[in-house]
Amino acid sequence: MSSARVVVTGLGATSPVGGTVTDTWSALLAGTSGARVLEEEWATDLPARIAARVAVEPTEVLERVKARRLDRSGQFALVAALEAWADSGLADADVDHERLGVAIASGIGGVTTLLSNYDMLRAKGPRLVSPLAIPMLMPNSPAANVGLAIGARAGVHTPVSACASGNEAIAHGLDMIRLGRADVVVVGGTEAAIHPLPMAAFANMGALSRRNDDPTAASRPWDVDRDGFLLGEGAAVLVIESAEHAEARGARVYAELAGAGITADSHDIAQPDPAGLGATRAMRTALVEGGLEPRDVVHINAHATSTPQGDVAECLAITNALSGETDHVVITSTKSMTGHLLGAAGALESMATVLALHHRVVPPTINLDTRDSAVKLDLATEQRTLPVGDVAALNNSFGFGGHNVAIAFRSA
Amino acid sequence: MASTEEIRSGLADIVNEVAGIPADTVQLDKSFTDDLDVDSLSMVEVVVAAEEQFGVTIPDDDVKNLKTVGDAVAYIENAQPA
Repeated sequence: MSSARVVVTGLGATSPVGGTVTDTWSALLAGTSGARVLEEEWATDLPARIAARVAVEPTEVLERVKARRLDRSGQFALVAALEAWADSGLADADVDHERLGVAIASGIGGVTTLLSNYDMLRAKGPRLVSPLAIPMLMPNSPAANVGLAIGARAGVHTPVSACASGNEAIAHGLDMIRLGRADVVVVGGTEAAIHPLPMAAFANMGALSRRNDDPTAASRPWDVDRDGFLLGEGAAVLVIESAEHAEARGARVYAELAGAGITADSHDIAQPDPAGLGATRAMRTALVEGGLEPRDVVHINAHATSTPQGDVAECLAITNALSGETDHVVITSTKSMTGHLLGAAGALESMATVLALHHRVVPPTINLDTRDSAVKLDLATEQRTLPVGDVAALNNSFGFGGHNVAIAFRSA
Repeated sequence: MASTEEIRSGLADIVNEVAGIPADTVQLDKSFTDDLDVDSLSMVEVVVAAEEQFGVTIPDDDVKNLKTVGDAVAYIENAQPA
């Protein structure tokens, strides 16, 4: 593995708080929640009837025929990827397509396409099952469609590790560049699982907030009254490239993608290790890989989904990973506003981490009215500024299955 | 029973919906693949939608013989219930 420096040169997002990166970032800084009550008839009997849908429907952005051949998760990915691609300046550049890769994750895949076709099968028989169902519902469909759109031929990948998937995709892209397999990789995650079946299933696990009468207060990481996560949807995409490639073309650099740490708990299929050992090792590995020390870290965008167990375990892991050097670290959970985007969460929150380093400002955690007494860290309840100079930040994502992926970014 | 022009027009709307091709270009002499750029998966969608709309059955073995819009219109015309 070479130690090639890798930088972030393009960003794209369609999220519950904005249809673009600019709108998403403004909303996050303003503390805007994307949560709402689901008005659809199918939601009536669900225990959790709230979610954070995208702010802008992808069908308003994509050409109609293109959109109808994509699962909703693929639509989100394409919207975000095209924004990131244009933002990087590569859309108008001479690109070596054989050195261009894609790694776009999804936690659940094309679940709405799968289930709507099953509904059709039951109602009208096999003839009416769409011939496009497989290319739409396969989990690699968003990555493959983004690869088609930009002409990626170095390899197109779809890491799957539940709610750590988005960060695992970023880590995979970093590896591709450091292993010399690509110069540029379009990385990120997408998720579109706001459908009665996954919502009933998550609720039956006890994972979802049931604050149906007050949706914007439902996602409240580290607050004593947190009762589960708020399901979100959307996609975020980053264009990463070797620093050498970026410098040669004079690209604008948002931040350096310094390192990644991937570990597994081997503790329980759904519960995090309460001691947070796997999460600790993931953060430490990301720092070591990035040549960083705990004192370099000034900000962490935490996984913090607003579940009773996970939020506390993560804080313990942060303290251990940084060897107790946490006084200078501003921590936030943007999930308090966007909800939990599952396989897109790591990508969206990495985007927020990159922008925090770029603009030296951290978005607030909203709804943190009374903090859990077990949490001693510096949590941002309002917008906070970051110091100037050469600093670093971490983004954490953890997934069912015991997956832990931490990404380390360094200021440019 | 639908007339030839009614079938062509209905088929043109389906092709527009499925593949985004302007309905007025879907004329009898046009090849689905060579002129209209309808790929094989879209063709399956067009056939199934046409079956629903015109109350006919077009077996898969016959679909491959439907090269032009005219072929499809003639097939549907003959297959329509009397």
